[in-house]
Amino acid sequence: MNIEELIENFEFLDGWEDKYRYIIDLGEKLPPLDAKFHTDEWKVRGCQSQVWLVPSKRPDGTLHFEGDSDAMIVKGLIAIVLMIYSDKSPAEIKAVAVDDIFAKLGLSEHLSPSRRNGLIAMTEKIRAYAGIL
Amino acid sequence: MYDVEAVRRDFPVLSRSINGKPNTFLDSGASAQKPQQVIDRIMEIYTREYSNVHRGSYLLSEEITSEYEAARKKVQKFLNAESEREIIFTRNATESINLVASTWGRKFLTRIDEVLISEAEHHANLVPWQMLRDEIGFELKIFKINDDGSFNWDEYRRGLGGKTKLVAVTGMSNVLGTIFPLKEMIRAAHDVGAKVLVDACQYVVHQKTDVQDLNCDFLAFSGHKTYGPTGIGVLYGKAGILEAMPPYQFGGDMVDVVTYQTTTFDEPPARFEAGTPAIVQAIGLGTALDYMQNLGMENITAHENELVDYMHSRLSEVKGVHEIGTAPGKGGVFSIAVDGIHPQDLAFILDKEGVAVRVGHHCAAPLVRRMGYESLTRASFGLYTNHADIDRFIEALHKAQTFF
Repeated sequence: MNIEELIENFEFLDGWEDKYRYIIDLGEKLPPLDAKFHTDEWKVRGCQSQVWLVPSKRPDGTLHFEGDSDAMIVKGLIAIVLMIYSDKSPAEIKAVAVDDIFAKLGLSEHLSPSRRNGLIAMTEKIRAYAGIL
Repeated sequence: MYDVEAVRRDFPVLSRSINGKPNTFLDSGASAQKPQQVIDRIMEIYTREYSNVHRGSYLLSEEITSEYEAARKKVQKFLNAESEREIIFTRNATESINLVASTWGRKFLTRIDEVLISEAEHHANLVPWQMLRDEIGFELKIFKINDDGSFNWDEYRRGLGGKTKLVAVTGMSNVLGTIFPLKEMIRAAHDVGAKVLVDACQYVVHQKTDVQDLNCDFLAFSGHKTYGPTGIGVLYGKAGILEAMPPYQFGGDMVDVVTYQTTTFDEPPARFEAGTPAIVQAIGLGTALDYMQNLGMENITAHENELVDYMHSRLSEVKGVHEIGTAPGKGGVFSIAVDGIHPQDLAFILDKEGVAVRVGHHCAAPLVRRMGYESLTRASFGLYTNHADIDRFIEALHKAQTFF
């Protein structure tokens, strides 16, 4: 599924309950991250729960990301973030308007300030990787 | 008869709806809500009475000074201290403990001494002693508690010895709700010649506190947890001990004679209140303590104990919920872990249901780890908590379980 499809699917969901059940489902389906990456080196600081994000560079120049969290809702949000950013070129990553996407998903109003900060921390980490890799 | 519904009407924020749901405020252990009486008092001061204390030779200043000092007397009465000179206003309990560490501690502790604290301390009564230990070189000993969170006399006695100079303990754990047998602990500490500091942040909120009966040497609490304003705390110290302590900070309002070269310092409590104090907050605290005492501390305790029993029985209905801290006679603090649900996820669903709880390590990370967790969800009671709050909390727990 890509992010456009997710936005379409989200349009059929009413209220925060259905949206978050869906997000939790996305988190449960996120491919597991190898336990060897569960270290400080791959941790995203600024999140209330533990979040790990691991980049790798593909031969075609795109960046692939894997992620994980110990909290399920956050894991679902990571799944969405990866849908937005993974397997894109650094230029594409920098061009992403993540706020617009979250507004289209109708998630902005349901995110607490601390969760929003965590999300910002994640996207900044991705943009930083896009700059150095 | 304790009329909790009448009490709730005194707290305007409780009638605010949260995410379209009733405000189920179960985080009073972190900070309590304020009654209208305190809010009004603060408004009145800023509207009609405000000026600086202890200096002006005009009506407003004289009036506010006597209000500020009357607040000190209210604290004295609240704690049953022998004299109002034993009451120092600080910013919060953390500053009260830091004050003792940096003045009494620096003057009287040496590298051959021991300071004894419990496993149940929150950071405010742990980190200042770690820092001072690193500076002075004394031994910081930590006595164990039981796995259910209850106090263990053998461990405590094992920790006490001829080298113990200070015992710094919580009166009531902010994570486990355990209430320590302070009076007997203090007697045992005095028997080996140690002084005792009580971190009473949670303790004073839930029961009558009598520093003369306890015979503690220091006691610290925060105004914002006793239904008063933020930015005001209290340090009680026995007069003789305070008199022997050097100042904490330096400046105006704490000096006796100042020349360009030398300064002599005022007597306690002024010696420890450098600069313009938190005037409005101190007076607001006095109003909050009046409020609690008008309800009656015994009545508050009885009301909260009944809620503790009710919470126990309701929690036991929910499958997969573990209560961390089940000491007999514990107070209204419930830390829980729920099978298969991360505390952050749980708090998210609870928040959507209008239920405010605290999540994380509760500024007591070593204690949460010692109980076998990294993070816990905590519901804590105040004098306005009612059965409906607990019912909504339990319903929200059930709902959260349908998500994960």
